[in-house]
Parts: sequence; structure tokens; C-alpha cells
Amino acid sequence: MQERLKELQQEALEAVQKAVDLKELNEIRVSYLGKKGPITEVLKGMGKLSAEERPKMGALANEVRDIISSGIEEKQKVLEEEAVQKKLASETIDVTLPGRPVNSGNHHPLTRIIEEIEDLFIGMGYTIAEGPEVEKDYYNFEALNLPKGHPARDMQDSFYISEEILLRTHTSPMQARTMEKNEGKGPVRIICPGKVYRRDNDDATHSHQFMQIEGLVVDENIRMSDLKGTLDVFAKKMFGDDREIRLRPSFFPFTEPSVEMDISCKICKGHGCNVCKGTGWIEILGAGMVHPNVLEMAGYDSTKYTGFAFGMGPERIAMLKYGVDDIRHYYTNDIRFLKQFSMHE
Amino acid sequence: MFVSYKWLQEYVDLTGVTADELAEKITKSGIEVEGVEVLNEGIKGVVIGHVLEREQHPNADKLNKCLVDVGEDQPVQIICGAPNVDKGQKVAVAKVGAVLPGNFKIKKAKLRGEESHGMICSLQELGVETKLVAKEYSEGIFVFPGNVTVGEDAISELNRDDQVLELGLTPNRADCLSMLGVAYEVAAILGRDVKLPNPEVQTTSEKASDYIKVTVEANEDNPLYVAKVIKNVTIGPSPLWMQGRLMAAGIRPHNNVVDITNYVLLEYGQPLHAFDYDRLGSKEILVRRAKNGEEIVTLDDAKRTLTEDHLVITNGSEPVALAGVMGGANSEVQSDTTTVLLESAYFKGLTIRGASKDHGLRSEASSRYEKGIDPNRVRLAAERAVEMLALYAGGEILEGSVEVDTLKVEPAVVSITLEKINSVIGTTITADEVISIFEKLRFEVTSDNETFTVTVPTRRGDITIEEDLIEEVARLYGYDNLPKTLPVGASTPGKLSAYQQKRRVVRKYLEGTGLFQAVTYSLTSEAKAAQYALEQREPVALAMPMSEDRSKLRLSILPQLLEVVKYNLARQNDSVSVYEIGTVFLGKGNEEQPEEREHMAAAITGLWNLHQWQGEKKEVDFFVLKGILEGMFAKLGLQTEVEYRQTAIEGLHPGRTAEIYLSGKKIGFIGQVHPTVQKELDLKETYVCELLLEAILTADVSPLQYEAIPKYPSITRDIALVVDQGKAAGELESIIKEAGGSLLKEAKVFDLYEGEHMEPGKKSIAFSLRYFNPEKTLTDEEVTKVHDKVLHAVEEKAGAVLRG
Ligand SMILES: [Zn+2]
Repeated sequence: MQERLKELQQEALEAVQKAVDLKELNEIRVSYLGKKGPITEVLKGMGKLSAEERPKMGALANEVRDIISSGIEEKQKVLEEEAVQKKLASETIDVTLPGRPVNSGNHHPLTRIIEEIEDLFIGMGYTIAEGPEVEKDYYNFEALNLPKGHPARDMQDSFYISEEILLRTHTSPMQARTMEKNEGKGPVRIICPGKVYRRDNDDATHSHQFMQIEGLVVDENIRMSDLKGTLDVFAKKMFGDDREIRLRPSFFPFTEPSVEMDISCKICKGHGCNVCKGTGWIEILGAGMVHPNVLEMAGYDSTKYTGFAFGMGPERIAMLKYGVDDIRHYYTNDIRFLKQFSMHE
Repeated sequence: MFVSYKWLQEYVDLTGVTADELAEKITKSGIEVEGVEVLNEGIKGVVIGHVLEREQHPNADKLNKCLVDVGEDQPVQIICGAPNVDKGQKVAVAKVGAVLPGNFKIKKAKLRGEESHGMICSLQELGVETKLVAKEYSEGIFVFPGNVTVGEDAISELNRDDQVLELGLTPNRADCLSMLGVAYEVAAILGRDVKLPNPEVQTTSEKASDYIKVTVEANEDNPLYVAKVIKNVTIGPSPLWMQGRLMAAGIRPHNNVVDITNYVLLEYGQPLHAFDYDRLGSKEILVRRAKNGEEIVTLDDAKRTLTEDHLVITNGSEPVALAGVMGGANSEVQSDTTTVLLESAYFKGLTIRGASKDHGLRSEASSRYEKGIDPNRVRLAAERAVEMLALYAGGEILEGSVEVDTLKVEPAVVSITLEKINSVIGTTITADEVISIFEKLRFEVTSDNETFTVTVPTRRGDITIEEDLIEEVARLYGYDNLPKTLPVGASTPGKLSAYQQKRRVVRKYLEGTGLFQAVTYSLTSEAKAAQYALEQREPVALAMPMSEDRSKLRLSILPQLLEVVKYNLARQNDSVSVYEIGTVFLGKGNEEQPEEREHMAAAITGLWNLHQWQGEKKEVDFFVLKGILEGMFAKLGLQTEVEYRQTAIEGLHPGRTAEIYLSGKKIGFIGQVHPTVQKELDLKETYVCELLLEAILTADVSPLQYEAIPKYPSITRDIALVVDQGKAAGELESIIKEAGGSLLKEAKVFDLYEGEHMEPGKKSIAFSLRYFNPEKTLTDEEVTKVHDKVLHAVEEKAGAVLRG
């Protein structure tokens, strides 16, 4: 009997070892340990044993059961782990396949430039002044020291609606309007972005509609050196800390003195190359000290107040920053063009 | 203004300063030098030759066989195609080994069997623009005067071993429209002297006043008229150096008399005109306004009809010149002219500008008058011209001049303090430095206790106020020397307005959903201006449009966005999603500014989602765009204020269009572009919207307030309602919400069925209703009570039947 039990143990453990899946293992459990299993069968013959041997044999039978069931348990763990591994293996994906695209648009490059400049000057205490695109002749010209008949305000260069109404040719009217609103008092620090219009045939470098950003600071004791310092901050933040600026005398009816600002060429670092036409400098914007006539017309006492103003073209700045080579790209809105301006620098 | 470097040296010593260095200095201190042209760039080995023999090429009709002395041991044979080449001429010869512009190397050649050892050159071949070549040589080779030496460098004989600085002059620096003006500027920059011409004129005993009488009726337009008479001139070519300088300055040589007037114009900036005295037809000059309809044929052979706005020089009856613009053909100096009447006058800029514009005629003279000339050079220039007429045209100068002078010349006197200069520029320049700068400019200056009184020379008409003097000091002190400072004083808070902030939020949001920002033109065609307008008005029209396509201001953005979609589709960009925020213009008649409103428009077409390898693909539809708008309104806290009402709008699909209302006010629309319009524009199914953005950004919004996270569970009941096909889900939703009261937290459409299992004309809409009480857990009975109310309401108000 004892031998029979040992045999069964051996047999069962061998079967467990051979089991390939949980189902088979379960069958083994049932067949060896179940009520109708061979161990129970063997124990049925216990009646023939002596009273002394009976408990011994009972203990042995339990031992065999325990050994078999722990063998099954162990095997079960192995098989379960195998099953998990198999399932995971079957779930494997190719991680190099492309992900699901997320829809995302972005700013137009001109808005991108304008917001960058706005934010830069907001940080220096400026506010953003916006105004009408269709202006009165007075604000577009006269209030800016361009009286009727002035050569710089040729009818041929502007889109007039009527004698006194036209599409603004610059955003400077907002300077006059803002100063006028302040009634000759207190400091003014504004940035005026917006669309402007001039009679130009559209080609690679001209557009009848384009953007402009102008700035105006009026206060007591504003100096030309403040203009230079402000433009220097602008140039370095916008184009990089290694850029230098240079002011050149120029002429605008609404400023005196007037200057043009160049920045040192990125490519040649000021030594001269094709990009800067050999000069080492690239023209960025026009600026100057607000003409006393402009201050006076807007109600500011020009003996007490001084100011500076500057104006630039986002199209040109985007051209310089991103290398855009044709101004028409800004207005045809080819998706392949627009898409290129999504990256955060 | 083109400035010859060599010519300039006649007035200022340029030793040690190359043309490029000079250009850099001029640019830095005030006048932009746009370029420096080397006139003899790429030219080598061109000498003066003497044509000893010329005969017809034996094998070619149009070629000449020439024997030319080029200053070497033996004359050389050159084949020349120029029609005007002839024996005895002195010509420019590019010898074998010479190089011409464009790296054209001259080699020994055989032309139709005849050897050619070089080339006889036209001026064009030597780099001169055709429009600058004297007419008689424009079709052939240039013929030198007989006194040039054979074998000498032809380029230097032509005065083209020179460099030309191109000045980009701003309107205020009209003084530099003359060599003398440039000389003053350069002398100030370099701190050197100016040498002025000093005309010496010998006159005859005859008096000019015996030959001519001058009357000026229009004194306002012509306050000073100076006439001189020169007899016995011989018309011929002007000296080579003069022709060279004219060409360098961009003026074509004609003959000695005309060239001299042009030369003096360039030198002094004073326009001059030479009349053929004998062709005047009278012995008088009368300056007056033209009569309406009066005619004149100008030197360019164009007949021009005049008006009272135009000033004319007449012979007492007939116009002989359009004053300050161009002379008349009737009194033109010609090859047989012997007596010249020279005019040097001061005309008012505005009058000349008007005439120049009216006739589309800008001349060297008119452009100078327009910008203002120096009144003190009117007589000086006349003196200089007659000196040269005597020297180079053999003229005899009659004594005196005949003048009408009502011009008051008073130089501007401007005072300024040292303190003002330094406080405006932000410098600490000393009084001595300021005085030195004014002296370099040749401005007369006196100083008293750091107050400077400056008498401005009349050549600098641009300087009238303190600020002008400040600019002179600043630019010559040098902007490079200016410190960099930042404004001091009360600081101002820099920030965006609430409106500007919200607009940025909208942009970011829309772009986050996948829309790209477009920027289009405000000017459009008549047909497009009012298409899809939210409010119809007569579009604002330009008085003088450049084209019909850009003649009106837009009332809506959408037509432009559809153009953008069309443009992209035509270029294989099959899925387009764009939006624009921009201004539209509502006219109020031409005498008033239109009302400007800020709109937002969007257009989407093609695929909205595409994930190809997973087989996912979603075409755009109405609800994609509507979802974007709903998200935008939610972002702005307006979701509960917005309503969509089915409607029909011209140009949109009649069954797929809604007007959008914000707090009961119409603010825009959303819909599909009408299939007919889609076809016209070659579009695929395209969904669009246009909204009055400013109404959205200025709408009242209750401030953000925290709401407690629910502590108790909510109960959801789903219902499917069978209603008439035309019944709007929105209507059902509002009925449900009203009946559900405060316990109904949410009512969402989760299914729509319009299939074959429905009775005709009916559809089924399924709602998921969520009930919730923030105070306690809801019981079934409580929910059932409200839910029954809801069911009753939809049955009552919308004829809805609960689907089994
Ligand atoms: Zn460079």
C-alpha cells in the first residue's frame, strides 16, 4: 500500500511536470486528488490494515496528497506566468508606427512678429493702441506735420475715399489720436500695430496692404539717447544679444531729428556680405524725436514735453528673421507656408 | 543725385579719402549713399586710335575694313561694323588683349576672311547706358575731337576713370541736388575747405537791355527772373571732360550750349534755360499764367494743353516754355543758333510741382524747383553759365542782365541754448564743440552765455527751427557717440486691454483646434465686397482704385477666405482649415469714416482627422465647425448665452445654415457653402462661419466662481423621443430643461435615428438626462416625479412620443 502511494506520487508528479496548460493541470488535479481518484481508492483498502498501521498510512496518504497538490500549485504558477507572457507577447505593437496626429494650427507669421514686439514693449511699460484703418486726412497727414501740398503726401501714393478720407498709410494717426485724448498731459508710451495701405503694385517686395508697428513715448525730459537705448533693447531681444545697432540721420516730416536704425548683419557680423550688400548693416526701422509741430497740434507744450517715435514693418522683420523672400507669401496664405511658423523658438 | 568723385575734387580736397570711405562717411552723417559705381569697372586696354584708311569690306556689305594707328610701330587692320566709322576719325580702340565690361576679351579674329586686330568701340561697349549717349553716336562708334593724342588711354580721355556716388536724398536735403551743396556737406564732414568757382566774364559794350525786355505778371510764382544775352555762339560739341561729367551725373550730352546749362544746373542746383534769341519771335519775355486751353509743343515734341494753373514764359503773346519744367520746341537752340537768351529764374515750387504732375513730366529742372532752390544762386549760376558760353561756345556776353526782382531773400536766424541741445540729444557736448560744428557747416554763429544765434545760409532752406539745428549738431557729433539710455520718470504699467487679451485667447483656442490664421486683403472687388455680409451696406469705394479687383472695402471676410481655400486646393493642399480675425468696413457715405468692426471668419474643407494606417478618416462637416465655435464660446464663458437658429442665407446651403445669436442678438452665421458656389470656386464640401467678434469679446461675463464637487450620486435616465422630422433637437432640449427644473443637471443628445423602422416624416432623438441634488442623495421617487414632468412637457409642447 505504501508502495502504491509512492508510485502514485511519482506518477502524478511526472504528469504535472508534463502538463502544458492550466486545463491539463486541472484534469490532473481532479484525477489524482478527486474523490474518485486513485489515492482515495488506495485508502479504501485501509480497512485491511492493523490499528497501528492505519494512522501511519493515513499520514502517508495525506503527505502524498500535499506533495502532489503543492506540485500542482507550483506548476500552476509557472503555467499562469507563461500564459501572461504569452498574452503580452500577443499584444505587442510596433512602437515605431506613427502616432495619431493632433490637429493644431498656428499664428500667421506677421501676428507672431507683432505679438513678440508687443510683448517686448509691454514689458517696458507700453500699452497697445489700435485705431481705424480708414482715417481722416487730418490724422493721417496734417496732425503729423504733413500739411496739404506737402510733397511727401502725394495723392498718387495713397488710397483716398474722398478728399478728407483715406486708407491710412501708416499707423501714426494713432499717435496723434492718443496724444489728443491725453489732452496734453502726462506720459504716453504706446505701440500701434495694424494694417496700412499704399498705392503700390504687388510684387516680391511691394504690397498695397501691409503691416506696421509704431511706437511713441512722450514725457518731460525724453532724450534722443533714450530712443537709442530703447531701440538697442529692442534689437537685442528681437534679433539676439550679439547684434549691434547704428543710427543714421534721415528725414521724416513728423520727427526732427530723424534717424534710420540698422542692425549689424548676422551673417558677416558687420564685415560686409551679400545679405547686407557689403555694408555690414541691415536697415530695420525709422525713428526720431517727435517734431514740435506734432506735439503742439496734439495739445502738448513742446517747450515742456519731448518724445520719440519709431516705426517698422513686420513683413520686413519676418523676412530678416525667417528668411521669407517674397512679401506676397504673407497674403496668399498657402497652408504649406503658414504651417512653417508653428515652432516655439 | 549722382556725384562724380573726380568732379567733387574740384571743390573739396579729397586726399586720403577713397570714394568708398567717403560714401561711408556721408552715409553715417546724414545722406544715404546707395551705391558707388566704378565707371571703368572691367575695362582694360582701350586707347585712342586714328583711322588712317577705311574701305568697304570685300566680302560684307555692312562691314568696314579700317587701318588704324593705335600709337604702336605699325597701324593695325580692324574690321568695324559701325555705320559711322570713317577715315580721319579719332576713335576708341580696344586692342588685342583688351577687356570690355562683362569680361569680354578682345582677341585677334578673322571676319569674312579679313583679319581684325581689335575693335573700334561705341560708348555702350565701354559701359555707358544708351540713354546717356549723345544722339549722333547712339547708333555707332563715338568720335573724339581731333585734339586727342593717339595711343592715350581712351577711358581717361572720356573722364570715365571715375567713381560715382549715388546719393539717396530725403526731401529736406534739396541742397545736395548740386555739386556745390554736396561739396559743403563733404567739407563739413571732413572738416576741410570748400573752393567755390569764381566766374570771370568779359562783356561787350552792347547791353542786354537793348535786346530784351522782361515783364513778370505772375510775381507770386516767379519773384525773380534774370535774362542774359550771348551773341555769336558757335554750336558744337562741348568739351570731352564736360560730356564725361554730364554722363556720370546721368545727363545725355547734346551740344555745347545745352550742355553748359545742364552743367551749371548740376554745379549750382540752379535750373537754366537757353532760348534761341532769333527764334523767340519778339524782343520781349512775358511771364504769366497760361490761359485755359492754350497750347505749347515742348522740347520732347509733345503738344501740351495748358490751364490757368500753369506758369508759362511767353514772347509777349505765344508761350515759349513751360516755366521750370521744359522749354518750347519753337525757341529751341539748334545747330544754326547764333544768339542765345539765357534764363535763370526763381519759380515757386508748388506751381512747378503742379505743372510737372499735370503733364507727367519730371525734369532735372522741375525736380529742383519742387524741392526749393537757393535764391542766392540765381545770378551766380547765370554768371557761371555765360563764362562757360564764352569759353566753350565762343559767345560774346552782352553787358548786364535784364531782371525782374520782387524776391525778398532773408536768411533764417535761429537761436538755441547749449542746455536745450544737450537735453534733447542726451549728451554733454561743450559750447566749443557746438560752435565748431556750425563753423564746419559754414553757418554764421554768434554765442552769448551758451546761447547760440545761427544765421542759416539760404542754400539750407530746410533749417528753420531749433530742432533742425539740434539735428545738425547731433549728426555731425555722430550718432555713434550718443549714449544709450532708457526713459526716466514715472513708469507706466504696460499691459494688454481686456479686449486684446481675449482676442489672443480666441486666436490660441482656434489654432489649438487645428485652424491656421490667415491674413487677407481688405480691398476687394465690387462683387465680393458685400458677399456674406452680416449687415448689408453700400461698400466703401476708393476714389481712384488701381484695379477693379481692389476697388472696394470688404463688408465680410469670408469671400477672401474662400479664395484662400481655392488657392490651396489648386495646389494639392486637400485639407484646409483657416480663420481670420480682421476689420470690415460699414460705409456711412464718402465724407465720413466708415464704421469699422472686427470679425472672425473660418473655413474648413477636406479631412478633419486622418490616421491612415489605423484606417481612421473623418471628413469635415457642419458639426466639426459648430463644435469649434461651441468650444470658443465656452472658453469665453458664453456657452449658455448662444443659440443656433436654422435659416437660409444666400450663398450657403439652405438646409445646412444657422444664424448664431448671443444673448438674443444676432452675431453671425455658420453653414455649408452652397453647392453651386462650391462648384463655381472649384471647392469641395466647405463649411464656414463669420462672426461679429467684437460683440463676443465685449459681452458681459459673470466672473469665474468655484462650484462644489458633488458629494452625492446623480441618477441618469435615457429617453428616446419620436417627433416630427422638422422638430429641432434644440427645441426639445429647452423644453426638457425648463421642465426638469433645478434637479435636472444635464440633458444630452446621444442618439438620432431617421431610418426605415420609423413612421414616415418622423425621427427619433434620444436624450440622456442626469438628475442631481447637491444637498442629498436623490430617491427614485423624487426623480420619477420630475422625469414624468419632463415627459409630459415634451409630449404636450413638441408632440413627442416616448419610443418603446
Ligand atoms: Zn553681412
